Amino acid sequence: MGAELLRMSASELGAAIRTGETTSAAATEAYLDRIVEVDGEVHAFLHVDREAALEQARAVDARLAEGAEPGPLAGVPVAHKDVFTTKDMPTTAASKILEGWRPPYDATVTTRLREAGLVILGKTNMDEFAMGSSTENSAYGTTRNPWDLSRIPGGSSGGSSAAVAAYEAPLATGTDTGGSIRQPAAVCGLVGAKPTYGGSSRYGLIAFASSLDTPGPFARNVLDAAMLHEAFSGHDPRDSTSVDAPVPPVVEAARRADIEGLRVGVVKELDGEGYQPGVLRRFHETVELLEGLGAKVAEVSCPSFGAALAAYYLIAPSECSSNLARFDAMRYGLRVGDDGTRSAEEVMALTRAEGFGPEVKRRIILGTYALSSGYYDAYYGSAQQVRTLVKRDFDAAFGSVDVLVSPTTPTTAFPIGERADDPMAMYLADLCTIPSNLAGNAALSVPCGLAPEDGLPVGLQIMAPALADDRTYRVGAAVEAALARQNGSDLLSGSAFAV
Amino acid sequence: MLGLETHVELGTASKMFCSCSTVFGAKPNTQVCPVCLALPGSLPVANGAAVESAIRLGLMLNCSIASWCRFARKNYFYPDMPKNYQISQYDEPLCTDGYLDVAVETPDGPREFRVGIERVHMEEDTGKTSHVGGATGRIHGADYSIVDYNRAGIPLLEVVTKPIEHTGEFAPEAARAYVRELRDLVRSLGISDVRMEEGSLRCDVNVSLMPRGGTEWGTRSETKNVNSLRSVERAVRHEMERQAGLLDAGQRVVQETRHFQEASGTTVSGRSKEEAQDYRYFPDPDLVPVAPSAEWIEELRATLPEPPAAKRARLQAEWGLSDEELRDLVNAEATDLVAATVDAGAPSAEARKWWLNELSRRSTEAEISLSALAITPAQVARIIALVAEGTLTNKLARQVVDGVLNGEGTPDEVVDARGLKVVSDDSALGAAVDAAIADNPDAAEKVRSGKVAAAGALVGAVMKATRGQADAGRARELILERLGAG
Ligand SMILES: [Zn+2]
Repeated sequence: MGAELLRMSASELGAAIRTGETTSAAATEAYLDRIVEVDGEVHAFLHVDREAALEQARAVDARLAEGAEPGPLAGVPVAHKDVFTTKDMPTTAASKILEGWRPPYDATVTTRLREAGLVILGKTNMDEFAMGSSTENSAYGTTRNPWDLSRIPGGSSGGSSAAVAAYEAPLATGTDTGGSIRQPAAVCGLVGAKPTYGGSSRYGLIAFASSLDTPGPFARNVLDAAMLHEAFSGHDPRDSTSVDAPVPPVVEAARRADIEGLRVGVVKELDGEGYQPGVLRRFHETVELLEGLGAKVAEVSCPSFGAALAAYYLIAPSECSSNLARFDAMRYGLRVGDDGTRSAEEVMALTRAEGFGPEVKRRIILGTYALSSGYYDAYYGSAQQVRTLVKRDFDAAFGSVDVLVSPTTPTTAFPIGERADDPMAMYLADLCTIPSNLAGNAALSVPCGLAPEDGLPVGLQIMAPALADDRTYRVGAAVEAALARQNGSDLLSGSAFAV
Repeated sequence: MLGLETHVELGTASKMFCSCSTVFGAKPNTQVCPVCLALPGSLPVANGAAVESAIRLGLMLNCSIASWCRFARKNYFYPDMPKNYQISQYDEPLCTDGYLDVAVETPDGPREFRVGIERVHMEEDTGKTSHVGGATGRIHGADYSIVDYNRAGIPLLEVVTKPIEHTGEFAPEAARAYVRELRDLVRSLGISDVRMEEGSLRCDVNVSLMPRGGTEWGTRSETKNVNSLRSVERAVRHEMERQAGLLDAGQRVVQETRHFQEASGTTVSGRSKEEAQDYRYFPDPDLVPVAPSAEWIEELRATLPEPPAAKRARLQAEWGLSDEELRDLVNAEATDLVAATVDAGAPSAEARKWWLNELSRRSTEAEISLSALAITPAQVARIIALVAEGTLTNKLARQVVDGVLNGEGTPDEVVDARGLKVVSDDSALGAAVDAAIADNPDAAEKVRSGKVAAAGALVGAVMKATRGQADAGRARELILERLGAG
């Protein structure tokens, strides 16, 4: 029974719970048992409270028994990235500086998960303050890729991707600032979406880079991702940058899965040199597949994408240098050296020196420098100009095509430790995903096969204009269905952690 | 040359970027939430009422209102600033390029100055730090510091003047007149209660001198947190004298921040600008731009009150005041109180008399401002009405004022509770008159024989018996009537 529940998709599980075929408590217990079984190896979770999760599940079962209709995912367990505040669980953003912090309030995404009846299993590991592409920057240990435990699960939302790939949860939340959902989804063989910026609320999301951070879903298939996307997205008056518009019809699009006549642009600048051959091979095959499904494919040039990575590594650190200033030992979190002899400034300095990891410090220093008077125009100012150019490239491209596609990430999952001392190599993992963060448009990664040379998952990135998130799901679902027909099984069934 | 930066704390019900209350004087750290404590994950949302107040002040100051502007982060570490950056406006202020006309009394009569307004922008206040232990109350030498975050996030408007030139030796008076005019304007808009003693209006004063016959202004000093009209004037005067002293002695003026010492009326050196902070301003990515529509700005323009200067001119004409009388009224900070008393039905002469004499005396005794007295213009108008209708004598009216200031209730309640009504009821008065006649047979006899002047003694006896509450005129009538001399 346990394995059967784990194999069900989230939409199937939600239906089974609604019809009384199973209960949320049974499903939750199956996932909690799975976590006990495998998380010692995977280390996807930073915090799991078995009793609290079962209590939530029983409460949902009771609500359903009383005839409540919280939504199609009611009773389905979810793994929650530790960057979202939760009243009933610690929230650390995988940083020592927040060790043991219990927020007095729920993030809007957390509230909406609860309202939709989802059961929060626990909080997942991540790169500290979401800065990284491998979870190696977590202060609480590295998460491992279920496809190959010696490799990274992607990042920063690597705990979430590993949890879903290892069947420790059917769904997970993540945040995407430069690719932190799409890249881990790609390297773990999952679906991950970065909604339109402002389409999902940042309230209660511990900020990395405010103008880029976007909460989004992880799932094992496109429909499940769309259902989770719909469950927690939508306007939030507590986030000034939240878009006051209806959630795009993503679930309907995921069900429709038809791309006849759709105009698909292949981004010339995100294809070719520097990419792993197997990644390119699967990508090009998928483009042909799209053509076979009736899409009109054309090559599109986005010349400023070449400068996007550099612009990102000025904008994101600049914002983070300011966002992380609040961690000063005064009101919450770690406090070092407060022995009655030191001044507040000294305690602040000691706390930040000890509480932040090396990558966080690197970016704070980088951002502080980029915003300094005399350097502002050359660095932060120029980066904003590049950002404008990237937006214009997208606008021009979407004048002639409905969606753009590229590989999600230039390589498959790389070995743990390989890039840990080489920040530039690490930053390249987000080469293809960053443009959509700079422009704020919608993007999604869907598995498109295994690279022949290493047998590891490859992701296809689908980009659409702001508030046209439904298009990414439509194309993703079409690819998913065509590949399943072609291969006779879903990709994840080939993983070492398949159930 | 003068320059003033004035911070006005707005009287909005909630803070600049969260829904916390702004009421002054609550227990420390009770008016806080995740946003104004800068808990991880919290986000600011701009208070529309504060934006509206800023636009209205900008319009009153004849400024242009930006159709699009952004908030910026001013980054620096300080324990009373929860985010370690302040949300302010930097190179895109909401209001720019206005002016305010002020008048200064000089021995040669009043002189008008036009003060250019560089900008009005929105920002949030910081928390309040108290340094415990140590002699100075400043951070250096303190044993420890405590922070109250109730003030963190209170909306502020910063009004920055352009350089004010040509005020010459009247610069201190001009500075004071400007701040007073600005304060009256803010008060007339109803956007702040502008109580300087509670810190809801604070000034930074920049001063620089030009040598006689010179053509360039010297180095300026900036004196921070000057918190009363009198202090503004004293701070400017002290800085002029201090800088002149340095220049006369052939020394140079250092560009620096100075602190005003309330007790001595002097300024002392703070941080020098050489070690000035780099605030790393950048547009706050958490907040969408403020983009007031032209229609909204026009709607707000229609809500603007009469400017204080125009109002003063109008009242002077309506009440028939001489320039001196108007000046007395203005100097006593009584104009609005008198106007409100007149609005409540009192004749202007009476209203003026009460506020400038009796009530001014009370406020001086209590060492508080006239407007802080616990009596409203409507209550003063009621007291004036009670005197006019004969229910109270002036002497009794002063006792009613005592009662109201004592918190005993409205004027009518005080009259009842203290039994202060003039006795004019004929039966009560009649008894007192009869008793006076019986007790003073000599005087009564004189009146009977036609010496009407002798009635005065009898009236005095009646007044004495009624402890002054009798209507003396009516008592006299009754006495004459009873003694057949009427
Ligand atoms: Zn608050």
